[in-house]
Amino acid sequence: MLKDRRIRIIIGHYGSGKTEFAVNYAINLAKENKKIALADLDIVNPYFRSREKESLLEGYGIKVIASYIKGSGSDLPSVTGDVLGPLQDKSYDVILDVGGDAVGARALARYKEYWNPKDYDMFCVINANRGDTSTVEGVLQHIQSMENTSGAKVTGLINNTHLLRHTTVEEVIKGQELCSKVAGALNTPIKYITAIHEVAEKLPGNLEGTIMPIKMIMREEWM
Amino acid sequence: MTRILMKGNEAIGAAAIKAGCRYFFGYPITPQNELPEFMSKEMPKVDGVYVQAESEVAAINMVYGAAGTGARVMTSSSSPGIALKQEGITYIAGAELPCVIVNISRGGPGLGGIQPSQADYFQSTRGGGNGDYRLLVYAPASLQEAVDLVIEAFDAADYYRNPVMVIGDGMIGQMMEPVEFREPATKRELPTKDWATTGTNSSRKPNIINSLALDPEELEKHNIKLDKKYKEMEEKEVRYEMYKMEDAEVVMVAYGTTARIAKNAVDALEKEGIKVGLIRPITLWPFPYKAFKEIPATAKALLSVEMSMGQMIDDVKIANEGRLPVEFYGRAGGMIPTPEAIAAKVKDILGGAK
Repeated sequence: MLKDRRIRIIIGHYGSGKTEFAVNYAINLAKENKKIALADLDIVNPYFRSREKESLLEGYGIKVIASYIKGSGSDLPSVTGDVLGPLQDKSYDVILDVGGDAVGARALARYKEYWNPKDYDMFCVINANRGDTSTVEGVLQHIQSMENTSGAKVTGLINNTHLLRHTTVEEVIKGQELCSKVAGALNTPIKYITAIHEVAEKLPGNLEGTIMPIKMIMREEWM
Repeated sequence: MTRILMKGNEAIGAAAIKAGCRYFFGYPITPQNELPEFMSKEMPKVDGVYVQAESEVAAINMVYGAAGTGARVMTSSSSPGIALKQEGITYIAGAELPCVIVNISRGGPGLGGIQPSQADYFQSTRGGGNGDYRLLVYAPASLQEAVDLVIEAFDAADYYRNPVMVIGDGMIGQMMEPVEFREPATKRELPTKDWATTGTNSSRKPNIINSLALDPEELEKHNIKLDKKYKEMEEKEVRYEMYKMEDAEVVMVAYGTTARIAKNAVDALEKEGIKVGLIRPITLWPFPYKAFKEIPATAKALLSVEMSMGQMIDDVKIANEGRLPVEFYGRAGGMIPTPEAIAAKVKDILGGAK
């Protein structure tokens, strides 16, 4: 995680768990005493946004940059100029939580000049249980449209195949097989395998990628 | 059948297609946008028709037209958009046509906000439109239930020749859950649609779709006919769930997302030795009045929990028939109650923590 490049762009289809990954990753990184900025660039989804966890994240010293107009529940597709600060200020590790499709990725294209291959990683979070990304072709198509729109290239895959609290080891393995095929086609590594703690601890040790147990922070206990 | 992870709005759309819905007329409004978006993508794949209308009013009137031909048709919107559709809904009910209307509701009144709310209880159960008509109203509490009820809604609409509403607060539209698509639990013998305007082929008299009846005697007859249908729904269609009712000291009443939160409060209180039960209406109309007859003698109060300032509480009071004190806890405007706050309210009712 510490070896990942300074700017981490997190993409993935809706429901892949990219925001859950982004938030968990940010907290893990903050625990390593890194100076973190997490920017919510999702201009499409109205609910379950990383900005909703602002106070929790700030508790870890993470700077949360959200596009909401303060205190309002509007769904204006606006991105604040504050995102530029940490992109330019190299003392920051930046995590960009991006919308789930090419429309959402348009917000990214505005920062094209910062996509220096030495300075950014773009991780694609994949959940094989989502209809549009359950096949190799589906994932490749998704990645291609995101790359075309954003001007950035995917540098790593995250296998986050899950069924929420019903996730099993078999589900994760199924996702790993899909990710391996995508990784082969793109010549890109699987960087992380994420799963809830109960599942993560039962995963075999020989899988490609670092196993990262996650908490479901975005999902309320009662859900 | 394997379960896949879907967002509520998509799952509702997929369920409709599964149920044979081939016509969808919509108009964008948050938090239901993924539903028309899904339909615009999926309908062409099944030789169906998706039209984004120029307004909600246009969309519901397209539904009226399609329903008149006997087609399985659906529209969706969110609170203020459903308000705009009311004229069309009462026309469809008056003309006795089947259709499914989905309301993924948000805070109000007026344009309100985009966060989840249950403040459309009156709108859906008391009729936003004019005249003596009723909608069968399903209120799912999970995405699996949403899928099951949407599939069922099409059968129920055809059976009664009446619009059926599926209402979910914004959470139901926006959250993700694993779902599977299965046959409806209730098998209905569906009558043939011999009333549909499908062309006479010169072999029968034209069918007429209409909600205008200027002769008062005729209109009263029509009202009595409709009422008979609504009585049948009251008899056959009531659905509810009872949760941990045995020896309950307080009985909560909650539906949709709020019922899930309330269940968490029930479980948390049980661990503290406080017995609380839950009545969860699955049909808001007809309301499960009969469930209240099963309330145990241990009950000291009823507690209506809603994401509104208190609307279902009227039905809770009707069902209660003055027997027990009826209390209320609600959050409004898009705020979501927490299990802790509900539990605190229960303790408050019982006179402080045990």
